[in-house]
Amino acid sequence: MALPNKPLGELPAVENPEIAEHECDVLIVGGGMAACGTAFEIKKWAPNAKTILVDKASLERSGAVAQGLSAINTYLGENNPADYVKMVRNDLMGIVREDLIYDLGRHVDDSVDLFEEWGLPIWKQKGDEGKTLKEGGKPVRSGKWQIMINGESYKCIVAEAAKMALGEQNIMERIFIVKLLLDANKPNTIAGAVGFSTRENKVHVFKCKTMMVACGGAVNVFRPRATGEGMGRAWYPVWNAGSTYTMCAEVGAELTMMENRFVPARFKDGYGPVGAWFLLFKAKAMNALGENYMVKNKAMLEEYPPYGLAKVPATCLRNHLMLKEMADGKGPIIIDTATALQELGKTMTPKEFKHLEAEAWEDFLDMSVGQAGIWAGMNIEPEKIPSEIMPTEPYLLGSHSGCCGIWVSGPNEDWVPASYKWGYNRMTTVNGLFTAGDGVGASGHKFSSGSHAEGRITAKMMARYIRDNAGFAPALKLSAKELADEIYKPVKTYNQFKGASTSADVNPNYIKPRGFMFRLIKASDEYAAGANALYMTSGPMLKRCMQLLEWLREDSEKLAAGDLHELMRAWEQYHRLGTVEAHVRHMLFREETRYPGFFYRSDFPKVDEENWRCFVNSKYDPEKKEWSVFKKEWKQIIPD
Amino acid sequence: MPSFVIPEKCDGCKGGEKTACMYICPNDLMVLNTEEMKAYNQEPDGCWECFSCVKICPQGAIEVRSYSDIVPLGGSVVPMRASDSIMWTIKFRNGNLKRFKFPIRTTPEGSIKPFEGKPEPTAADLDNELLFTELGKTMSTP
Repeated sequence: MALPNKPLGELPAVENPEIAEHECDVLIVGGGMAACGTAFEIKKWAPNAKTILVDKASLERSGAVAQGLSAINTYLGENNPADYVKMVRNDLMGIVREDLIYDLGRHVDDSVDLFEEWGLPIWKQKGDEGKTLKEGGKPVRSGKWQIMINGESYKCIVAEAAKMALGEQNIMERIFIVKLLLDANKPNTIAGAVGFSTRENKVHVFKCKTMMVACGGAVNVFRPRATGEGMGRAWYPVWNAGSTYTMCAEVGAELTMMENRFVPARFKDGYGPVGAWFLLFKAKAMNALGENYMVKNKAMLEEYPPYGLAKVPATCLRNHLMLKEMADGKGPIIIDTATALQELGKTMTPKEFKHLEAEAWEDFLDMSVGQAGIWAGMNIEPEKIPSEIMPTEPYLLGSHSGCCGIWVSGPNEDWVPASYKWGYNRMTTVNGLFTAGDGVGASGHKFSSGSHAEGRITAKMMARYIRDNAGFAPALKLSAKELADEIYKPVKTYNQFKGASTSADVNPNYIKPRGFMFRLIKASDEYAAGANALYMTSGPMLKRCMQLLEWLREDSEKLAAGDLHELMRAWEQYHRLGTVEAHVRHMLFREETRYPGFFYRSDFPKVDEENWRCFVNSKYDPEKKEWSVFKKEWKQIIPD
Repeated sequence: MPSFVIPEKCDGCKGGEKTACMYICPNDLMVLNTEEMKAYNQEPDGCWECFSCVKICPQGAIEVRSYSDIVPLGGSVVPMRASDSIMWTIKFRNGNLKRFKFPIRTTPEGSIKPFEGKPEPTAADLDNELLFTELGKTMSTP
């Protein structure tokens, strides 16, 4: 009998959970900005459809905007969608879906107008205070595309609108969907999903006619720079486990650009945002010798035309220049907040300067309070003492300055190339399965507002899909009991073997989710260009990584969970594994270094426009249980 | 710890079905020890320091002690969230204090009427590319 066998949490799991079966027309999986957009829009297009939204957390504070934001990074205003496409294309080194980006650009402002109407405070220029954006009020822009907000309650506001629109009775919280389900009769067609409650021993099986899956990107898929308590202070939300990619891939949805990643350069350790500091406060970054490496290393940008020559060079290339300094031992890298604020303060009254100081703190307090904690603990007053910045561990996502994700149809319009559309905008290659936000690949720079707008687009398309497929009656291949057994397998494993050891966590028959995650992130960090390897890898390194991941996949059958919290972690690690496998598989296939500063292949160290200005897509065949990886043609829609 | 619960202040939300912190934590970290009737953070290194539990706790019983592997002891960041604004008190390691107050919302909580005054789509509108609040506009094309 195991001695200190107390489960981690207070909600022990039982072997035979209750099973609840639900039927609906539209299922929304996820609760972030994209899902809230879908929830807001769907009733107007499908008023009679039964719609259910399922969130792993509570809608009020779930997703990437849970903590709030200090800026909305995509608001076009006076700009046009074609210029937005050009900016995104350059930042993501040329290979993007211009149809999706253009489409997003023409819808996104409508969502921002709604946020303001619902109660989100948006900063206005002097003289325009009190005037809404819709009334022509001019926002305070930190950059060409970004506007500043008082965004502590951004998600609360957006969630309230979603709840009011969909009806609270249609929102199910604290249920973690872990598998999508294909139809028993109609090939390649979505029919449902299964998950479990993190609050009671209950498995939930859903049958639906169409589905939108948006559960964010993937965090803690590489060993983070902090491996103690600070592991929680991920730049992106620590609860994003790659669920979107793994769940959709497992039912056969084609993935795209999974080799892409994002390595943000941020305030060291607290990962506070740098956008406002660089763009609004005009701060400069420099090495320990006081040299501005963007000026000093300018020639390195010229090696990457046209991406390095743009007014704002691609994000990865800015990292590339910083990494040179770090590799040369010229760190720490400093962001000179003090000089920036003192410069701005020269023309200010003391009262105005006080306001500026508050704005600088609000930037952190609105969206990464932990960074303010670091300033407090290290006695950093930004107007007096500069801070360190550093590139983080890699993240996989599709809505920020990254573009991995799922291959979806573009709008069904004449200007969209035929190979980019198959009927329903933002539908994956699985019939009836839609995605948005971080889920949509090759289309970065959506951020919060764009993800919301994209979620709304899927709502309308799902309504159209239901109308066009009115006769479809979803049927599942497995019984609810069989599904429940699969979902609760880690609990059964734990109970079966716990007596073999006096320690709940050390047992030769199983692996706990925590150990599983550390094995995953050690492999990715060491072999697949993690932060500790200065983002360097090669074909042989990636192949070795795949071998380690293969063993890990075999051992995923032996994941064990003693309570509901651990069961959630077990499935999260399973999702993380699938996402990392896809990432490594794509990195190995793309024989070039497309994103210098995000990762390098030592065996193919240059950008190769001739052979690799194309998408890399991959697809899992759920019947044959085989992966294929292949090139897909890139099409230019907006001229240079 | 990141978030931690001050035992004298926590009342376990009076034994209600769910405590406020357990309800709100996006990462499922806060749980209630039902014998002690006190909440605690069950997985401190999974804490994002998002302060959702700190902001929602009706007793003001939750604070954040910055990550032990990153931050020297002694500083603190404490919010006081009202329905329209938030007040932050920053205490530095050296004892200095700063206070900031920011607006968070321009409308009363619970007041959103999402469809009021918005266009009503017809069945035919389902075939164009406009969202329902955009009806009447012309979509640009490249």
